Amino acid sequence: MNKKFQMTTLILVAAIGFPFVVSCTPKNGDADSAEGTPKVVKNVSLLNVSYDPTRELYVEFNDAFVKHYQKETGVNVDVKMSHGGSGKQARAVIDGAAADVVTLALAYDIDVIAEKAQLFPADWQKRLPDNSTPYTSTIVFLVRKGNPKKIATWDDLVKPGIQVITPNPKTSGGARWNYLAAWGHILKNELGGDLKKVNDPKFADAVKAAEEKAKEHLVALFKNVPVLDTGARGSTMTFVQREIGDVLLAWENEAVLAIKEFGTEKFDIVVPPISILAEPPVTVVDKVADKNGTREVAEAYLKFLYSKEGQEIAAKHFYRPRDKEIAAKYAGNFKEVELFSIDDVFGGWQKAQKLHFSDGGIFDQIYQPK
Amino acid sequence: MRPRRITNKKTGRLRGNATSLLLIFITTAFLALFVLLPLAAVFAEAFRKGSEAYFASFNDRYALAAIRLTLLTAAIAVPMNVVFGVMAAWCIAKFEFPGKNILITLIDLPFAISPVIAGLIFVLAFGRQTALGGWLIEQDIKIIFAVPGIVLATIFVTFPFVARELIPLMQEQGTLEEEAAVSLGAGGWSVFWKVTLPNIKWALLYSVILCNARAMGEFGAVSVVSGHIRGVTNTIPLHVETLYAEYSYVSAFSVASLLAFLGLVTLVAKTILEWKTKRKDKR
Repeated sequence: MNKKFQMTTLILVAAIGFPFVVSCTPKNGDADSAEGTPKVVKNVSLLNVSYDPTRELYVEFNDAFVKHYQKETGVNVDVKMSHGGSGKQARAVIDGAAADVVTLALAYDIDVIAEKAQLFPADWQKRLPDNSTPYTSTIVFLVRKGNPKKIATWDDLVKPGIQVITPNPKTSGGARWNYLAAWGHILKNELGGDLKKVNDPKFADAVKAAEEKAKEHLVALFKNVPVLDTGARGSTMTFVQREIGDVLLAWENEAVLAIKEFGTEKFDIVVPPISILAEPPVTVVDKVADKNGTREVAEAYLKFLYSKEGQEIAAKHFYRPRDKEIAAKYAGNFKEVELFSIDDVFGGWQKAQKLHFSDGGIFDQIYQPK
Repeated sequence: MRPRRITNKKTGRLRGNATSLLLIFITTAFLALFVLLPLAAVFAEAFRKGSEAYFASFNDRYALAAIRLTLLTAAIAVPMNVVFGVMAAWCIAKFEFPGKNILITLIDLPFAISPVIAGLIFVLAFGRQTALGGWLIEQDIKIIFAVPGIVLATIFVTFPFVARELIPLMQEQGTLEEEAAVSLGAGGWSVFWKVTLPNIKWALLYSVILCNARAMGEFGAVSVVSGHIRGVTNTIPLHVETLYAEYSYVSAFSVASLLAFLGLVTLVAKTILEWKTKRKDKR
């Protein structure tokens, strides 16, 4: 009896322990890589906390950067990635995730880190060119093949019987761009096609009326939303994998990627006549980078996003590059669309966030979970 | 086995048989639909592109890192829960003391609350925004979004497994054998090693297996404290989620099949142990 017990225990321990031993044995490749290079190879590890749809972009970009930095300085960089809904990721950095750089979906999420955790100055967005946004994007519609529900503009999303898939604006950056794009479209329609009136005191009453209309429109839109995922990729999965919904409101790059992964025979992209200029910015997290001794690498990493090579990788992944030359080269990747910016229509992210997405804000008033 | 027993005792022989057959059929169909089919689907998806693609999924630094982290977490969490679980069960089953019911309730707490909340507890306790968390980060001690947080969350979620399994058994066994040992001059340690432990060994092993399965498979609590850093804080379940979100379905299901396989091993071990304990009871 006792012997049997011991045997069983032994077998169990062996069964559980064996893979552990195997996986802990260092692979030859690790040890050999240092050979041949006479000087000591320095290793630095860098953590980039990013939002949901940048997964594929940063796989390729990180490879390119590691090679570039190795050639320039001889330092070996190991770039670690974390992805998730932009708001959720900001929360993690505030709570202590040791990000050396953040590359999030919108400026407000980075503002919050500056405000709540004071890890970098509040004017972080002035530190790099183009509002610290090396690439831009916009919001488009992904529909089922042949567009059976004939969805062409933002007005079609509120029709009864249309199911709209979008993530939760509370946690996802893409979802907030979706929401604001729809809002801006209604304002423009109501103001007779001229969005400049928004900032003109002469039209204050007209703007107020237009905003009421926009609110009504979004109430109707969110009535058509059967499920809110926490991040953009979750929503894409809901739409393409679980086949729920008639239209997915998605980042341009996310929509193109879904088509590339699942084939053009299943989905079409519809570019609405007007959409929002989405700026996903980047910054070094000063306090963490200084503590980890990674500031130099972190700055070089972000700077590389603006280089020709970095811009080309972004364009290849369907992020609109800032560089004129690269933009011209990849012009075929991007459809012409009228874009309005958050600063022009909403007076910047701080204002938009407070008015629309804070607790008790307009989104809370219009969205009733089913 | 069961239907015969029912029909032996009851009078309505034929009717009893038909009902029990129907119930057996429904149960089997239900299990096949909700348990076997999804399980088979995991393996089918994993091998969709052949065994080469299947094994290639494990030859990846992030997959290996996830496996290593999961095993490390289980290797810390399970022994700790065994030690504390046995201690707690021993106190509760063999001694009377004030506050005993409160202790039992506390042990059950992780079962009662959602794993996500369990994870959030640690974020609230060790996050940068709190005094303790802020201080720890200043000292460069990382708890959440690092390995210690994952281990802590796992210990929390799996804590009741050992104690809950042992308490009823030890209560049933009573204290007679221990009292006899003490009256014959045995000390506390030797009572525990020579009397108590041999009596509970199969149940203990059984609880260890369940505890281990949960420790390796835990998703919710770990997901909250992990930060999802690939190669650093992704356990096997989190790695599966990451792969799935990156459209790498074959890899996602290959790695998932590892957990499914662990589940099957757990089931077999559980069956063997149940058979063992039953045989012991008969003697």
